Amino acid sequence: MKPFQGQALSWAIKDRVIELVLRREPCNEIGSQCLEELERFASVLPELEQNAHSLILYSDLACGFCAGADLRELYQRSQEMKKKDAIAGVRKFLERLHHVMNTLDACPIPTIAAVHGIVFGGGLELALTCDLIIADKTARFCFPELRLGLIPGFGGIPRLKRDLGNAVVRDLLLTGRSFNSTKAQQIGLASQVVAEGEALRVARATAAQMGKFDRNTAAAAKKFIKPIPYDDLRREIEIFCELFSQPAVEAGLKKFVESTSAQPYLP
Amino acid sequence: MQTQQQTLDEVLELAAAQFKIPRETLSADDDFFKKLGIDSLQALSLLTRLEQHFKIELPDYEMQGVSDFRTLAERIQSRL
Repeated sequence: MKPFQGQALSWAIKDRVIELVLRREPCNEIGSQCLEELERFASVLPELEQNAHSLILYSDLACGFCAGADLRELYQRSQEMKKKDAIAGVRKFLERLHHVMNTLDACPIPTIAAVHGIVFGGGLELALTCDLIIADKTARFCFPELRLGLIPGFGGIPRLKRDLGNAVVRDLLLTGRSFNSTKAQQIGLASQVVAEGEALRVARATAAQMGKFDRNTAAAAKKFIKPIPYDDLRREIEIFCELFSQPAVEAGLKKFVESTSAQPYLP
Repeated sequence: MQTQQQTLDEVLELAAAQFKIPRETLSADDDFFKKLGIDSLQALSLLTRLEQHFKIELPDYEMQGVSDFRTLAERIQSRL
């Protein structure tokens, strides 16, 4: 299968490893363009898997892995339509994105997110679909959604609940604080912490190791230990859409989009 | 335990090194956003570097409204 070069993503198979690269300025915000390309990737993934033993997801941009949802696009689009239509549009977006996330989560071959810099909101949710997160020392993780009057909507809470203790999830969600790669490893989120700029190299070495094992055994192990929390994921969409209809969200988005503060990313 | 002045000196050294600015041009009461010419994301990268150097966790809500090196060093000192 030919490599793909889109506006938000690219992918190729190198040494029997699928490399999915985020590459949309300013910091890989997930909006409609990114979603379309993610859907395209999800549709060809079964074919790619036939020629690969692992998948690595990383960002080509210096700012980091991914800053999350494209809030500017979300705000602008919601302003162009009636509230009811805006909520329906958000629901449709989330359902499409959840389908992609679930496809990545259920991918039978081992998957690794190699992250650096900003890993916020939807970016963290994307990384959480992977089996392993390898973080360099510059990585900083955060679920800032509550400051907008929302909860994470791309599957973050169900997957975090699956992978970590509930107390940790509450801390990260209810404070909205960001934390570094050392903390991420302490709480069991990151499997390895490496020097600045080394995450991709280590991810490739890790993928090569995982590629030594029988793929059917690896697939069976994954299916057994990493169940997809479908019920919670569906409930998350419902809660997100309920909250999205509240006036506080529009005010929060407006404040973010129009902010000239030097610290808009601080909750 | 190190003194607050030592902490402040190390903060200034780290900030100068990270953003490639001569150390002697930075002083305790400078607004680091203006002096370093950094945005919020770069401020978070400085926070990450400081946490690793001092082996502390400094929640970013404690940084809300902090823009000078002296107050930043005080926040760090309170967690050493």
